[in-house]
Amino acid sequence: MANQSYDAIVVGSGISGGWAAKELTEKGLKVLLLERGPNVEHVKDYKTATLPPWEVPHRGRRTQEMLENHPNLRRDYVLNELNLDWWAHESDSPYVEEKPFTWFRGYQVGGRSLLWGRQSYRLADVDFEANAKEGIAVDWPIRYKDLAPWYSYVEKFAGISGNKDGLDILPDGEFMPPMPMNCVEKDAAERIKAHYKGARHWIMGRPANITQPLPGRVGCQYRNKCSLGCPFGGYFSTQASTLPAAVATGNLTLRPWSIVRRLIYDKDTQKATGVEVLDAETNQTVEYDAKIIFLCASAFNSTAILMRTATDIWPGGLGSSSGELGHNVMDHHFRLGARGTIDGYEDKYYFGRRPTGLYIPRFRNLNGEKRDYLRGFGYQGGASRSGWNRDVAELNFGAPMKEALTEPGPWSIGFTAFGEILPYHDNHIRLSDSVKDKWGMEALVMNAEIKENEKNMRKDMMADAAEMLEVAGFKDVQTYDSGYTFGQGIHEMGTARMGRDPKSSVLNGNNQVWDAKNVFVTDGAAMTSAAAQNPSLTYMAMTARAAAFAVEELKKRNL
Amino acid sequence: MTMNRRDALKSVVLMMGGTMVGATAILTGCSPDKQIEGLNFGPDDIAFLDELGDTIIPETDTPGAKAVGIGSFIVMMVKDTYNADQQKAFVDGLNMIRKEFKSEKGTDFVGAPAEDRLAYLNGLYEQYKTSENKEPQVINMLRDLTVLGYFSSEIGATQALNYVEVPGRYDGCIDYNKGDKAYAIG
Repeated sequence: MANQSYDAIVVGSGISGGWAAKELTEKGLKVLLLERGPNVEHVKDYKTATLPPWEVPHRGRRTQEMLENHPNLRRDYVLNELNLDWWAHESDSPYVEEKPFTWFRGYQVGGRSLLWGRQSYRLADVDFEANAKEGIAVDWPIRYKDLAPWYSYVEKFAGISGNKDGLDILPDGEFMPPMPMNCVEKDAAERIKAHYKGARHWIMGRPANITQPLPGRVGCQYRNKCSLGCPFGGYFSTQASTLPAAVATGNLTLRPWSIVRRLIYDKDTQKATGVEVLDAETNQTVEYDAKIIFLCASAFNSTAILMRTATDIWPGGLGSSSGELGHNVMDHHFRLGARGTIDGYEDKYYFGRRPTGLYIPRFRNLNGEKRDYLRGFGYQGGASRSGWNRDVAELNFGAPMKEALTEPGPWSIGFTAFGEILPYHDNHIRLSDSVKDKWGMEALVMNAEIKENEKNMRKDMMADAAEMLEVAGFKDVQTYDSGYTFGQGIHEMGTARMGRDPKSSVLNGNNQVWDAKNVFVTDGAAMTSAAAQNPSLTYMAMTARAAAFAVEELKKRNL
Repeated sequence: MTMNRRDALKSVVLMMGGTMVGATAILTGCSPDKQIEGLNFGPDDIAFLDELGDTIIPETDTPGAKAVGIGSFIVMMVKDTYNADQQKAFVDGLNMIRKEFKSEKGTDFVGAPAEDRLAYLNGLYEQYKTSENKEPQVINMLRDLTVLGYFSSEIGATQALNYVEVPGRYDGCIDYNKGDKAYAIG
């Protein structure tokens, strides 16, 4: 029996896969969108999104059962009784930590687009040029100008709110009106501006939360419950944004429970002809054919699929001829910064729960400055008044404590630094030869660590935060470092990098696999360097750009 | 090291030539209290926890912790979210409070005058805050779970606090007048 055939197959339905499906279907292609996990229907399946606090069984606390079942997820704040189903089942899908590695995966339709932090920043020229200028790894095959129109394109559709700050280091985009700063933040930002004379900036965060309606989306209601799914379509997710657009074309077939084991590669045409799918419910193997394939399965899973593909030709899999497949693992190292308190705003408050904070763009190693490390870091944070869960040190029990806790507490502020990790060849992932997942597929082995450059950077990340808080008028300033294990940034990048030479990169400047030009990888795997900015917006822009290129090439019969 | 209440009481008992159990009988004139075993909390124990919670967060112009069923909430949280060590510290601590309160005040915690209960728990909390190794843990556990259970309950969130389910907008800078209620969700 002949395989079912499509114009395009998209593997993965998260941020990148959703964009690929939207772009390709809107250009008239018949698209099969494969997702390894269950379907999650917009609104209908957001089962906990509107629960009042008193209906949250453990009021947000972690049960012993949750801790036991989620040895990986428990390492950070993301373990939450209200969205447990949206994180990969850890014993079904194990991985091997040759070095400590934290891997937070979203295995369902929408992937981590349902769960993401939504901070949406463009990379800048300095980011695309850094590898070449410093002789690190390989040069990006693209520059900011190549991606700029695509940033604009995806921003307009996804809906990013933000202020046009006019900074070279963090280019402005097509923004909806920004969410406001609160009184403390506004004054502090002014003091920073005055003190550093425009060399450092505290700006409003740029989240993919909409401050004006978009088709089918009401807009942010300031509930700050994004990670439970938003019934108002207040933030960008596959479900709220790209999937409805793809469905509306009539060209989309969505197939949940479809784990792609490998691509089917034809060595005569040097192209992939389709995918081999393991049905996660029936354990049956099914094959689908297509003219082009977009791998958007999240960085490491896209790479794992390549590693299992065409192993009769290249033992390391499709793309391994470069020697770089699985290498140059990156993330953002963080979990350190500073916090402080401030007096004098006791008569000020705010209304609503803003789903974002402030951002401090990179300011180190710019304009000729040379620290004892390369690249830089940014911060996320903000100010707020503490609530009833604070300690009221001076009061014991009874009515006075109760009354005190019914009023807002003191103002405090905190910033967490997010630093760039350089692409090191020896930071790698590979397929395990012994550990397998529930479906008999090789688990991934993680071997990555931060090195001297990142460790030196961490000193500035902490000290600069404290210095700025003091400059901005805060007191009781304390630094903190909660420790970082690779992967905790949930910004896995690299392992199938873009480049200018097939001998040293897996993908070319259009995200095509050098060794199979009808295969495109447009998720975090493609990143040649990490920059310090949150990366998802760049995946969106790369995906839309690659999809437009792929369709043009199809028309020219080049694929 | 400072002497805690229990040690102090023991010393007195020893000076009197008795034992701990004997002391209880001497001071209260009745047989030793029942103890919670394992995690078997009976109706009496939940009533006891209700009173403990209501002492920490009493009724004022809004209902207190007993009104939100704090006893059952605490039991559920101890069973589900505490590890074995924490559970043991909690149950042992609860048994200690029950016994020691009676020894000191000559009456059960449940039914004792509100001032006595408050003074006793405040004393334990002072001891916790000033002791080197933060003992007894149970008093901080009771505080933590009572505050959590109360302010996240429907009564706590909507009566003691200002509950806004769907704000619909964000105002970054508004005036706050002393006495205005804080938002139930931060």
